[in-house]
Amino acid sequence: MDEALQAFLLESHENLQQMEKELVLLEKRPEDRELIASIFRTVHTIKGTCGFFAFSRLEALSHAGESLLSRLRSGDIKVTAEIADALLALVDAIEEKLVAVETGGDEGTNDNAALIARLISLAQGGGPKPPAPPAGTEGKAPRRKATARSAGPRTGRRSGPGRRAAKPKAAATQPATVAELAVPGDVRQAVQAATVTESAVRVDVRLLDRLMDLVGELVLVRNRIVQLGGGRASAELASAAQFLNRISNQLQDDVTRTRLQPLNTLFNRFPRLVRDLAAACGKQAAIEMSGGETELDRSIIEAVKDPLVHLIRNAVDHGVEAPDTRVTAGKPAQGQISLKAYNEGGQVVIELRDDGGGIDPALLRRRAVEQGHLGADDVAALSDREALRLVFLRGFSTARKVTSFSGRGVGMDVVKNNVESIGGTVELLSELGRGTTTRIKIPLTLAIIPALIVRNGDERYAIPQNNLLELVRLEGKQARGGIERFKGAPVFRLRGKLLPVVNLKHELSGRRAGDFEVRTLARDSVTNIIVLQADRRQFGLIVDGVDVTEDIVVKPLGQLLKGAPLYAGATILGDGSVALILDIVGLAQRAHVLADADQRVVAARARTTEEAERQQVLLFRGPESGRMVIPLEKVARLETFPISAVERVGGREVVQYRGGILPLLRVPSPFVADRDRARLGGGGEIQDRLHVVVFTEEGRQLGLVVDEILDIVEEHFAVEGVGVREGVLGSAIVKGRVTELLDVRRIIGAAQVPTQRRGSGDGR
Amino acid sequence: MRRLCTFYLDELLFGIDVDAVQEVLRYQAMTPVPLAPAVITGLINLRGQIVTALDLRRRLELPERPHDLLPTNVVLRSSTVGASLLVDAIGEVVDVEDESFEAPPETVQGMARELILGAYKLPDRLLLLLDLKKTLEIGTEVQA
Repeated sequence: MDEALQAFLLESHENLQQMEKELVLLEKRPEDRELIASIFRTVHTIKGTCGFFAFSRLEALSHAGESLLSRLRSGDIKVTAEIADALLALVDAIEEKLVAVETGGDEGTNDNAALIARLISLAQGGGPKPPAPPAGTEGKAPRRKATARSAGPRTGRRSGPGRRAAKPKAAATQPATVAELAVPGDVRQAVQAATVTESAVRVDVRLLDRLMDLVGELVLVRNRIVQLGGGRASAELASAAQFLNRISNQLQDDVTRTRLQPLNTLFNRFPRLVRDLAAACGKQAAIEMSGGETELDRSIIEAVKDPLVHLIRNAVDHGVEAPDTRVTAGKPAQGQISLKAYNEGGQVVIELRDDGGGIDPALLRRRAVEQGHLGADDVAALSDREALRLVFLRGFSTARKVTSFSGRGVGMDVVKNNVESIGGTVELLSELGRGTTTRIKIPLTLAIIPALIVRNGDERYAIPQNNLLELVRLEGKQARGGIERFKGAPVFRLRGKLLPVVNLKHELSGRRAGDFEVRTLARDSVTNIIVLQADRRQFGLIVDGVDVTEDIVVKPLGQLLKGAPLYAGATILGDGSVALILDIVGLAQRAHVLADADQRVVAARARTTEEAERQQVLLFRGPESGRMVIPLEKVARLETFPISAVERVGGREVVQYRGGILPLLRVPSPFVADRDRARLGGGGEIQDRLHVVVFTEEGRQLGLVVDEILDIVEEHFAVEGVGVREGVLGSAIVKGRVTELLDVRRIIGAAQVPTQRRGSGDGR
Repeated sequence: MRRLCTFYLDELLFGIDVDAVQEVLRYQAMTPVPLAPAVITGLINLRGQIVTALDLRRRLELPERPHDLLPTNVVLRSSTVGASLLVDAIGEVVDVEDESFEAPPETVQGMARELILGAYKLPDRLLLLLDLKKTLEIGTEVQA
């Protein structure tokens, strides 16, 4: 498409959005001259530009609108609801034409005769005679076309770095200049309205997407180079790799930022939406918005658009009561809807609140039973808050059959799915008679997320870190007996709670869920259980192996895989291979671990109260096969590094870790200190990988080298002073064996680790 | 006149508009997608972009490709679909005349018949014109 035309479309879309907002405002402030003038300018600019592109129908349409607006501007006639309606209809009609141009290349065949007649008759209604159409639109048209042609070579130029920067300006000012021929009086205003700020440049979104892709690739190459540079490579390569690392981090951040858009691009439409909806359902409602300047990745804005529209529709249609009902209830006749956006702890929260009738949990329970979603006993066990979540069930309250309830909740499952597809969550709060609040939380950085890479057979899958709670590794006897059956479903007893488990291999094999034999798990000597959180419920996922945590660039699956249920996207790993990103909620739903998970937890809860005082510790094997524990709360992550990744700085061992330097500590040996650094593997054999417990102490990250991670246990144990030595607090019986408690503070002090702090922005 | 990119599937010669083709690649390693429809063979990393590979033999319900025959990728030019067609071998780019176009021949049956628009008569053989749009409309329902 011609670049000038594209710029016109973009600008017009924006102007129309603005105009829509202004029109709604105009109804409240019908005397506001500024507002009328601004609306007039928008229509005027569009009209002028239409002539430039020879869109005669669009021109005639905007001309009719302009006539009406110029009468309003001169004060000849006053703004009425009828006029506002007609002008809003004008916005829609113009929008429709623009879309037709965008998709079909021309403005379509609809000549909008009825609307034009309506606009003209309204323009005439207030005064004795309609204003003369601004000097001969028809007559000037050929001249404009000539201008368009002469402008062609300029806008069509295909070379030079200034092309993109020059384009919007050229496109925006030329129409205004052309318009000058027609209506000299309004030129200044029109130019003002049309000229884009000099410091901003319009960039095609596809170009940004492409840039984002390229940066994603760069990050992958960087990962590989940094890996190479971290090994036995020369110091020069290592430093170049670090430099590359820094630059690509910066670039990634900046490119990510270019894709941000203020939420206002979306919010601007809502006043109109609320107005129209309220009028259609015979209610009174107003929306109040804040935080629209909050910036989000455009793909996120796109993804929350439909859910928000849906929620607003719900709020007006089902939330806000009819005016007389409200007055009877002692509320103002006009319902108040508030939409707020704000940042909170690395997430963006969008909150929609209405002061309507609220949702009745009792009604939801009834409905859930009637529609066969749950049994009567099940719903009775739900708290009111849990009952509210019933609206998210697929197909819940499907129709307007229920008059008093009128479909509230229809499509809420879609809202939830949309939000979850971008890694967000939806929360619903409601107070009967007082109103409903829906809170959508979205992660700030969508494009790049930390994920755990797991293995299933030969394939690797990524699990978003925000679903991840902990990793459990069962070995030997534990692996065999660890998975039990509870009411026919496989469960794992995690610190006294029964955790439903799902076998990834099984789910991916496509066989019916739940019919796998517990024994098939037992044959392997090791069972890896990943404890995940989906939808506020926990479950364990059994995988063949656990690789590393990695920052991954999320890429959408192509259209052909849109319907695939278990994947949230795909990513390219450091070695260039493609890995699917698991959709944890989808997986849980498919495996039916969400439905009755609550009851199992409730059943198990009674038994676990005594466990409250227990301490969670990480059990590992230290030097000379000694068993040791440290409090789990200190542990940030468990990592393995190749021995070759260990570098020495100032006589200390370090590894490069998540974009920073991680000092390594050794567990003090009960015997003569560190006889042989090469014997890292312990137990007599030399291993090529280093198991490291990463923990955070006073803002620093440190890595504790251990021989083997054994388990995470939660036990009530008594520490005794037996065998106290440097770096050890004491001993206790853990899982039936004498185990030493490591004194984390002491060994850090002993190692005199340099006070290098971890930057907050690393790890990318 | 129409310019077609041609390729072979089970001894048959097919063609699609050359403009629809972004590039042709030799066999690439793929990541399988469990639970996806059987026609989807896997995902390919095409310079940082993820492309879905579609086995045209399966799509057309032709006999399975022999194991020793590594398929060739015909990557389609589309930003939204991101698809690659797996074919037996790539043919030449052929210019065809409208006059030589006719209805699908009787010899082509089943799914293959549904997914072709017609055939061009070349001097030595028939060139089947694939209905690309229909070909890419695969059921989104997954295997149970």
